[in-house]
This record gives sequence, structure tokens and C-alpha cells, in this order.
Amino acid sequence: MKKNLLWGLLIALVVAAFLSPFASPYPDGLERVAEDKGFLDLAEGKELIQVFMPDYQFPGIPHEGLATSIAGIIGTLLVFGAVYFLGKALARKRGVASTVQGKDERRY
Amino acid sequence: MHIPDGFLDPKVWAGASAVSAGALAGALAQTRKALEERQVPLLGVMGAFIFAAQMVNFPVAGGTSGHLLGAALAAVLLGPWSAMLIMTAVLVIQMLFFYDGGLTALGANVLNMAVIAPWVAYGTYRLFAGLSRGSTGRGVAVFLASWLSVMAAALACSLELALSGTVPLGVVVPAMMGWHALIGIGEGVITTVAVAFVSRVWDLEQPGQKSLTVGERK
Repeated sequence: MKKNLLWGLLIALVVAAFLSPFASPYPDGLERVAEDKGFLDLAEGKELIQVFMPDYQFPGIPHEGLATSIAGIIGTLLVFGAVYFLGKALARKRGVASTVQGKDERRY
Repeated sequence: MHIPDGFLDPKVWAGASAVSAGALAGALAQTRKALEERQVPLLGVMGAFIFAAQMVNFPVAGGTSGHLLGAALAAVLLGPWSAMLIMTAVLVIQMLFFYDGGLTALGANVLNMAVIAPWVAYGTYRLFAGLSRGSTGRGVAVFLASWLSVMAAALACSLELALSGTVPLGVVVPAMMGWHALIGIGEGVITTVAVAFVSRVWDLEQPGQKSLTVGERK
């Protein structure tokens, strides 16, 4: 991976680890509207699945900020991995291209 | 604006899921045609950054917060097809591991944030970036694209809620659009700064091209 990309990943991890604990605790736009217009309760008790890190909290860590940081780092790496492997599966392979295919590749 | 389980009725979430599935099939086909292996790590980094940035809620006003959506950032830098796949990956992982956004609402969330938002951003960006040259023109185009992408996603979300009978259309639309007009300013500022930063690092091509980094050479 190129150096710029490693820096990019590092920036993402720094944001996840060090900024996420300082995220505003206020409800987001949709939650706020749901609260104001009286339909927030529709979501209560409607959980269909059990997840590993609900509310972006790594389980078993009493310090809330740290639990958020760890959850953020794990999530960031999970997304990187998921997109990377999806991309690898989809991307056109190189190195086996003949001249004609080589020309074709340059169109993109 | 991740919709949780319980807000949408079955016809709406099933319908939204079907539309999203069709759109994603298109994105997979287009990506398979155009994506080169060397571009793959860049897509991964974009996904990682968007996930991380989405965790950082910023206060907007009156006890309400918002966070970056990232659809415009991905669409402007990588093109709309890649942006769709990246945003979908972010939403799926947010749902599976953090339960941010519901299981039944996943299709609707994908439709709003991974289909509508990147395409509105891309269309707006192409329209305005074509009108004026230079970095100021590009900045304005990126800001508008970001703001409109958030507004479009919020409007789609409002329609889904109203169609589900959760809240009347005349009530939800002004409320959602009002808050997201503010959140969209945050989206615009962050995206404009991020695009300016990335284009400085990467020596990107001029606006008006399909996407800035698609022809990245180094």
C-alpha cells in the first residue's frame, strides 16, 4: 500500500480512537425529530438482533471513553477489511493482459 | 439518520430493500468493469475514514447533533459506483456490530445514504464543477453537493416514515429538512476541507472529470 494511503488509514484510526469519545451526546437529526413528533417509542423494544458492541461500546470496559475508542478502532478496521476484500474480489486482474487488453485497460 | 427497527412498516422496508438491491447490483456490475486492483486500497481507506468520521457527532443547535455522512466525499473523490459500495459496507457493519440502524431498515438506510446521497452529490458536483474552473469553483461545487446529499437523504427518510404511517408527511418533512439543513452545513465544511486536503496530497485532476482520483497515476 502506498504511503499516502497508510497515512489515510492512520488518520481514520486517530479519528476513531481519539475524537469519537468526544462526540456530541445530543440526539441526531432523525432521533430529535422522532422525539419531538412523538414516535421515538416505536423503536423501543424492537431490537431484532444482539450485537457485539451496541451503542459503539466495547463490552466489559467500565471507562466509557475507552470503550468507545476500542469499538471505533475495531469498526474502522472492519470497514477497511470489508471494502478491501470486496474490492479485491471485484477488481480486474492485471499482469495477464495481452497488448490488446492493455489498451483496453487504459480507457478507464 | 440511521433508521432503527420499528419506524418503518413492512411494505416500505421491503420496497426500499428491493430498490436498494437493484441499485447495488448495478454498482457491483459497474465496479467489476472499471475498478483496477491498484485502486482497491484507496476504497478501503475511504470506507475506514467514513466509518470513523460518522462516530464523531458534532452539535448543531438546540441540543441536536449531526455527523458526517461521507457519501459526497466518496462520490466526488471516487465516483458514484464505488461510493455506493463503500457506503453500503459502512452501513452493514454499523448494523451488524453496533446496531446503528435497524436490521429491517437496512434497505431503506442503504437507499437513503448509499444510493440517493452519493448520486445527488455526484450529479450536483458534476453540474457545478463544470460551470467554473479553479479551486474556488470546485470548493463551492463540493460544498453544494455535500449539503444537497444530506438534504436528499433526509427527504427520502421523511417520505419512508410518512409512507409507513409513522408520522404525517406535513409534520416530518419540515422538521427533518430543518435540522438537516444545519447538519448539511457541517457535512459541506468537512467534505470541502477533506477534498481540498486530498487533492493537495494527490495532485488530482481538474474538476469536470468523472471523478478526481479515478485516473490516479502514481
